[in-house]
Amino acid sequence: MSNDTLRDLSQNRLVQRLGVPRIPVLRRYAPGQPLLDGPALVGAVGKGGLADGVRALLADAGVPVAGDEGKVAAAVLDATGARTLDDLAAAREFLTPAVRRLAPSGRLLVLGPVADPDDVEASAVAQGFEGLVRSAGKEVRAGATANLLVVAPDAGADALAPTLRFFLSARSAFVSGQVVRVAAPVGPVEPGDPARPLAGRIAVVTGAARGIGEAIADTLARDGATIVAVDVPAAGDALARVANRTGGTALQLDITAADAPSRLLAHLRERHDRVDVLVHNAGITRDKLLANMDADRWDAVLAVNLRSQLAINEALLADAGVLGDSARIVCISSMSGIAGNRGQTNYAASKAGVIGMVRALAPRLAGLGATINAVAPGFIETAMTAKMPLGTREAGRRVNSLRQGGLPVDVAEAVGWLGQAASAGVTGQVVRVDGQNMLGA
Amino acid sequence: MPETRRKAAVIGGNRIPFARANGAYARASNLDMLTATLDGLAARFGLAGERLGEVVGGAVLKHSRDRDLTREAVLGSSLSPYTPAYDVQQACGTGLETAVLVANKIALGQLDSGVAAGVDTASDAPVALNDDLRRVLMALNGAKTLGARIAALRGLRPGQVVPEIPRNAEPRTGMSMGEHAAQTALEWHVGREEQDELTVASHRNLAAAYDRGFFDDLVTPYLGLTRDQNLRPDSTVEKLAKLKPVFGKGEQATMTAGNSTPLTDGASAVLLGSDQWAAEHRLPVLAHVVDAETAAVDFVHNGDGLLTAPLYAVPRLLERNGLTLQDFDFYEIHEAFASTVLATLEAWEDPAFAKERLGLDAPPGAIDRAKLNVAGSSLATGHPFAATGGRIVATLAKLLHEKGTGRGLISICAAGGQGVVAILEAAR
Repeated sequence: MSNDTLRDLSQNRLVQRLGVPRIPVLRRYAPGQPLLDGPALVGAVGKGGLADGVRALLADAGVPVAGDEGKVAAAVLDATGARTLDDLAAAREFLTPAVRRLAPSGRLLVLGPVADPDDVEASAVAQGFEGLVRSAGKEVRAGATANLLVVAPDAGADALAPTLRFFLSARSAFVSGQVVRVAAPVGPVEPGDPARPLAGRIAVVTGAARGIGEAIADTLARDGATIVAVDVPAAGDALARVANRTGGTALQLDITAADAPSRLLAHLRERHDRVDVLVHNAGITRDKLLANMDADRWDAVLAVNLRSQLAINEALLADAGVLGDSARIVCISSMSGIAGNRGQTNYAASKAGVIGMVRALAPRLAGLGATINAVAPGFIETAMTAKMPLGTREAGRRVNSLRQGGLPVDVAEAVGWLGQAASAGVTGQVVRVDGQNMLGA
Repeated sequence: MPETRRKAAVIGGNRIPFARANGAYARASNLDMLTATLDGLAARFGLAGERLGEVVGGAVLKHSRDRDLTREAVLGSSLSPYTPAYDVQQACGTGLETAVLVANKIALGQLDSGVAAGVDTASDAPVALNDDLRRVLMALNGAKTLGARIAALRGLRPGQVVPEIPRNAEPRTGMSMGEHAAQTALEWHVGREEQDELTVASHRNLAAAYDRGFFDDLVTPYLGLTRDQNLRPDSTVEKLAKLKPVFGKGEQATMTAGNSTPLTDGASAVLLGSDQWAAEHRLPVLAHVVDAETAAVDFVHNGDGLLTAPLYAVPRLLERNGLTLQDFDFYEIHEAFASTVLATLEAWEDPAFAKERLGLDAPPGAIDRAKLNVAGSSLATGHPFAATGGRIVATLAKLLHEKGTGRGLISICAAGGQGVVAILEAAR
């Protein structure tokens, strides 16, 4: 039984007969699960040349090729070679029958072209795919998603693979209507083990004692990472439980303290030599309308949600020896940072600031073979949202294409994808985990 | 047999904040607190599922159900169930004694790693059956015939409903520890004001240590408590001067609830290992255990102060190690009572005591008081009997690690006229 009573009730046929729409139960990842629950349809328009690579990846994962009829678990279109409106029309020709055949929790995935500044029509077409896929996201049903990967010609199959796997698998259950750019990798890419893609990696998770941070620690550990769980000393007992459950370690540290970056780096140097995945997750809210906002609330939120991340990132760049060879920094932003939210000028400023920081740091980190990305959760079912008034909570849950709130693990799965060494072609991006929320889209 | 004699490393520690009796941990048992403390230690050092050489723990106040308390705590913790454990009991010396036992086995090469722990609760203290009633029930249990059972039951008396409640009193003198300490305070002319000053220093030092994050990697919160419940950062000599004496008699009574430790609940644990084990696990070595000594005094027949055994233990330890009392950078003298610490320092400066009782030509001498209990001690933290040793070992080891050089002396007095003392030195 979930927190979402309406979703649970809507599974009942009698309730459905009353005219209540069925709210889909999303397919979520569990170890050992096949990449897809059924066959996949793969098509191509233009001269993209990625379709064969996609087919090989699917074959590797044991996914059968779909025939001419019947449900498909995924439909993948290689449109990276599309340059003209005729190509766009050809894409429609593939997608229309495909979307009709899409199974529950199915995946519509379009690999789109990079805009060509020298070719106006090609640029228009490239952008056109964003409108197409975002609209499709709002149309597909029963927990299916639609996403667009804009793939650069020099991205390479190995750097594309983890992103393909994420968006095809149940790991992306609550990600829809997203556009992700896959560029040339920032460093050499070694294909990892899809079952344990984080094996051997040292992952620091701040705010790991509870909520989304706890789910991130659990999920990264499940995928093979060694967890350094960080939270304020006052949350130490919950933090210890997370550390022991994941077989990691607990580091009680107030990340807003002046010496926090040096203490974190010293700890990493002493115990692990390095950090491979740094997840800036710790965050607080101190809501108040702007008219009543005081310096204390403002400063507290900015200090935890943004200032600490800036300070730790700067320390890592100043002492790059601690950054692993394929370091991945993942910062938790928020839908509020994109769309804004009443009563959250401080929080939204910090979370939008995170996005600015990610974009500014990506080129600097690329020189070190590292990436930095933001994950922006929408309405996620946590202890915090469980305390919201019923009306607000219901409204928050339903205003997205999947008509439900996400789970902390949905955010964690996105972090796990971006944390992989092989995810070297994705940097400087913001990925929303919000079921394609209407707000800020 | 391993041909080895190596110094055991203190790798780190963990404790839960200490709570005043019937406070935050009123409903927690020794087993609950010890298990949580071991879990916090495991989390700090990544020991979940790890088989350690041995966990040695103990409690002073124990329920009969707490048979092999430490082993039960290991089984309830995230440590590997393949980690053996045993219990030790030596009054307030228990916690330090467990550390000495683990360190000795490491020194001998019998262990590569181990945990020394201690726990005590005054809130969940063992209240036992009335002893007369217990005898009746035992007789009933042993009776084989109906007649014998009836005969046994005839021993029942109304007064037997009154239970046996543990008392903070010496079995052989009937005097409380505070009364004993008051006698010693009188003997060494320890004044009220100096006791209150020592108390204020303890609270201020502990508060400052918390404020600078010193305990971030030594304490794990428990049941809503994040700092020691007894800590009063704003304590002053003026405020303490208003308290009425609770031990001693009349004009000469100087010991109050402020300058004596309160009854406390809590637990602590210290991770020890060989240098090699620490390196293999990429764990820091904060300090090494150099040596330890225990002593006991005859407080029953010979007029010794109940808590004066460390007066004898320390000079013996110093002599064996070729050190003087001044050769230390930190002194951790357990503050059972402020007067105990002050009487101890007084006695070590007294030539007559040195000659007559210690058999020394010159007294051990004075210490630099700025080096005494610099991160607070029992007056501020409180004193869950068996947990105090672990608190002090971990605190001193971290102090030595911060300084990078030098050595520290630990002195803990205990009921039954006993004392346990030890030397740690900074790891290089």
